[in-house]
Amino acid sequence: MKKLNKSPDVISFKGTPWLYSGIVKEHFLNPKNFVIKGKPTFKWNGVGMVGSPACGDMMKIWLLIDQKTDRIKKCGWQTFGCASAIASTSVLSVMLVEKGGMKVEKALQISQMDILKRLGGLPSRKIHCSVLGDKALKAAINDYFRNTKQGSRVVAEGSRMIDKVLKITDKDIEDAVLHGAKSFEEVVERTKAGKGDPSCLPLVEELAHFYISKYFPCENCAVKGKK
Amino acid sequence: MEYLNIKPYKTRIYLDNAATTPIDPKVLKEMEPFLKNDFGNPGGMYSYGYEAREAIDHARTIIAKYLNCNAGEIIFTGSGTESDNLAIIGTAKANQKYGKHIITTKIEHPAVLETCQALEKAGFDVTYLSVDKNGLIDLKELEKAIKPETILVSIMYANNEIGTIEPIAEAGKIIAKKRNKETGLPYFHTDACQAAGSLSLDVNALGVDLLTLNGSKIYGPKGVGALYLRKNTKIEPLIYGGHQEFGIRAGTENVAGIVGFATALDLAQKSIKTEVPRIKKLRDKLLSGIQKSIKKIIVNGHPTQRLPNNIHISIFDIEGEALVLYLDQMNICTGTGSACSSKMLEASHVLRAISLPHEIIHGSLRLTLGKNTTEKEIEYTIATLAKIVAHLRAMSPINLKYTR
Repeated sequence: MKKLNKSPDVISFKGTPWLYSGIVKEHFLNPKNFVIKGKPTFKWNGVGMVGSPACGDMMKIWLLIDQKTDRIKKCGWQTFGCASAIASTSVLSVMLVEKGGMKVEKALQISQMDILKRLGGLPSRKIHCSVLGDKALKAAINDYFRNTKQGSRVVAEGSRMIDKVLKITDKDIEDAVLHGAKSFEEVVERTKAGKGDPSCLPLVEELAHFYISKYFPCENCAVKGKK
Repeated sequence: MEYLNIKPYKTRIYLDNAATTPIDPKVLKEMEPFLKNDFGNPGGMYSYGYEAREAIDHARTIIAKYLNCNAGEIIFTGSGTESDNLAIIGTAKANQKYGKHIITTKIEHPAVLETCQALEKAGFDVTYLSVDKNGLIDLKELEKAIKPETILVSIMYANNEIGTIEPIAEAGKIIAKKRNKETGLPYFHTDACQAAGSLSLDVNALGVDLLTLNGSKIYGPKGVGALYLRKNTKIEPLIYGGHQEFGIRAGTENVAGIVGFATALDLAQKSIKTEVPRIKKLRDKLLSGIQKSIKKIIVNGHPTQRLPNNIHISIFDIEGEALVLYLDQMNICTGTGSACSSKMLEASHVLRAISLPHEIIHGSLRLTLGKNTTEKEIEYTIATLAKIVAHLRAMSPINLKYTR
């Protein structure tokens, strides 16, 4: 019997029954720069932590930034989460310190997509596991700004209030999509957006579609194709 | 993974026997003729056909012996899932004029749970019984839930995740007490797929009218199941197209599968007295080894009323999918109920039903031993698991506090 070509979602590049790409596998099994027992071996000047144990992902990032050159010299991290979460933090730490260290301004521009690209992709149902890396990084850089009296450089979390009654922001809608909501209805179900202020529902729908097509472009095409 | 200082085991250590089991060589040997020369359709009126028919009838007799029922009460199907579907949808369709209420539990296998959910969409009313922190149903809650319009109660014999054994015989008595003498309703169904290797399947002692079994959990072939159907139980088929299986399950019989399944059940039930104590001893050794070498874990499921081969634990501060993938690198095959391992990204419904918080569910691990599991494998697993957990914990920024 000829072996079937399996969907890239569930098979590694070499056809072995591994769920992830070779790069993900390498970073998961041989993680780089992780901090043992929460004690970095270098003198850091910025630290950030995001996520929650109940959601299944939590990340902490420590940075040593050289103030003269504004480059990231050292990066350490800890992650509670699945293989994708561990691999994406590990690869992010490598991206930050390679080639003499990344400039802070450039590091602030890193998106989930950049991390995904560097990982050689993730199965679509696993993309949500890589969302915390860039957020923890931003938190750590902000902490560095505060610690080094550069308060004017602190980047505000750009979130926009959608449901004013229940205090649901566009970030919450983005998170719902990244955590598996695949339609406007599922976003509403997860975030409860609109339950407090029903007038925001058209905006919720617009944002839901925006984030779904942003993070799951292929699946979105398939749905459109069916229509 | 050099820093972990462990080498993968020389062969695969299979500790996921609740998922499926390897086929027993004796089973394969019995099946072989029917995959080769004895290919006849059991419906044929010639020697090839008669021989195949005889093999199926013999298989039915073997199974009936262990169920303490008549051979004519065994319906062969394509899987345990199909048997569950047939039991639930089949009796619901045939008896809906008497009522549209069904009772089941929150911790059933999806084959039962999703079938009940489908019936809810079709206008049936379903009560999902809750369970306590050990996974046991409350018999008083069951008694209260039975209404005049209840047509079916479906409770699993033993849970596939946490291994808890439900009080089926006691539930059977309660249901019998409340049964309508004229219609014989509600019927009592149990999914016994996980129980067949270690528990008695006597349908009269259990007081069940329908019982699901399959081949793939007892060292038999995949793709074959059976449904015990007590005489005079009203049911409608799900699959039409032939007179096979007393008109309840159409389709040319899977002769080799049926023969293999019956052989497997025979071997499993015959060896309960020797195999259950052996596997229990190994299981207890594995569990106490884990408890000694890994701190901050909890054991899920009932402490005594549980399957002899099942260990289910939650390990704090780490995530199950990462753990299972690391174990696989060391040639140890295990399972987890963590949301990250599932396609739906949803944590196990069983672990939620026993009121485990999400952060604890994430670190869950199921180890189910089999008849090929050896002492050496257990020792390697204890040592390796401890090292991997220590590694993942060193990498983890959290420190959970939780007591049950």
